[in-house]
Amino acid sequence: MEISWRDLLTVMHGMGFGALFMLAFTGAIAEIYRMSAAGTASPPAERDQALLRIYLAGMVALAWLTVFSGAYIVYPWYRALPPAGTTDLSAFPQRLLLSSPTTSGWHDLGMEWKEHVAWIAPIAMTMVAYVYWKYASQLNRHMDLRRAVLAFTVAAFIATGVAGAFGAFLNKYAPVRGGATIHLMKGE
Amino acid sequence: MATTTQVDLPNGPGAAAILAAGIGCAALGVFALLGDAFPGIASFFKFYMPTGPLSGVTTSAIVVWLAAWFSFAKAWADRNVNLGKVCAAAFALLLVGFALTFPPIMDLLQGK
Repeated sequence: MEISWRDLLTVMHGMGFGALFMLAFTGAIAEIYRMSAAGTASPPAERDQALLRIYLAGMVALAWLTVFSGAYIVYPWYRALPPAGTTDLSAFPQRLLLSSPTTSGWHDLGMEWKEHVAWIAPIAMTMVAYVYWKYASQLNRHMDLRRAVLAFTVAAFIATGVAGAFGAFLNKYAPVRGGATIHLMKGE
Repeated sequence: MATTTQVDLPNGPGAAAILAAGIGCAALGVFALLGDAFPGIASFFKFYMPTGPLSGVTTSAIVVWLAAWFSFAKAWADRNVNLGKVCAAAFALLLVGFALTFPPIMDLLQGK
């Protein structure tokens, strides 16, 4: 069983950071709503507040790791230009997609949208984490703050969903491959 | 028995973070559109050649976001502001960010 170096880093970007970040949204949205809902009789316990603070800080770290690893490690491999006369474009995903009208949309719409919209998520979640960190138990007294935090969390979730879904499709039609081969285990 | 009273925090710092996030998202969309529409601006945004204009578009948006956050946080540190208006503006800016990063809208605005 083998994997290329570029495949490994692409998996780390998409699954290690991105998918984990996306999975964390369900917990974040539910907890922010539960702990700050209007009419909550008592503020959440210190321990619960501390846990959510750490959880949101973890999400922020994952969000930034996802976009930076995508933009500065994987994307340069994706958009690399082939030398003149190259006929096998399998090592040049962007050119491979653009070489056919049946796949060019995956770049023109998919990558063009994904590469930009993804950055909304870390900006939004950094704000959400900061506001929760600062106000925590007082959020149930600031209705507009609570609504804004929830709305930006949902916006970050949508941005991540778009980026993640197109990332999965792009990697299916034009995977980023190459570099050293890593042997994971010996087959039978 | 001792009792503790929790002092209400002013909403200014929270409002500053929310508005700055909206501004950062809108800046991302505006820079993406400008980079897509004008080759000269796209060339300027090539802060890191292997990543191309995306590096400058996103770095510039982050700088605008953090600068806005710093400015509003300083101005509203101890104040209560009209949070309804601030949030409405932040949501509008967030929508601008989403719209201008969507390729069909980018193309429409450029008459492509």
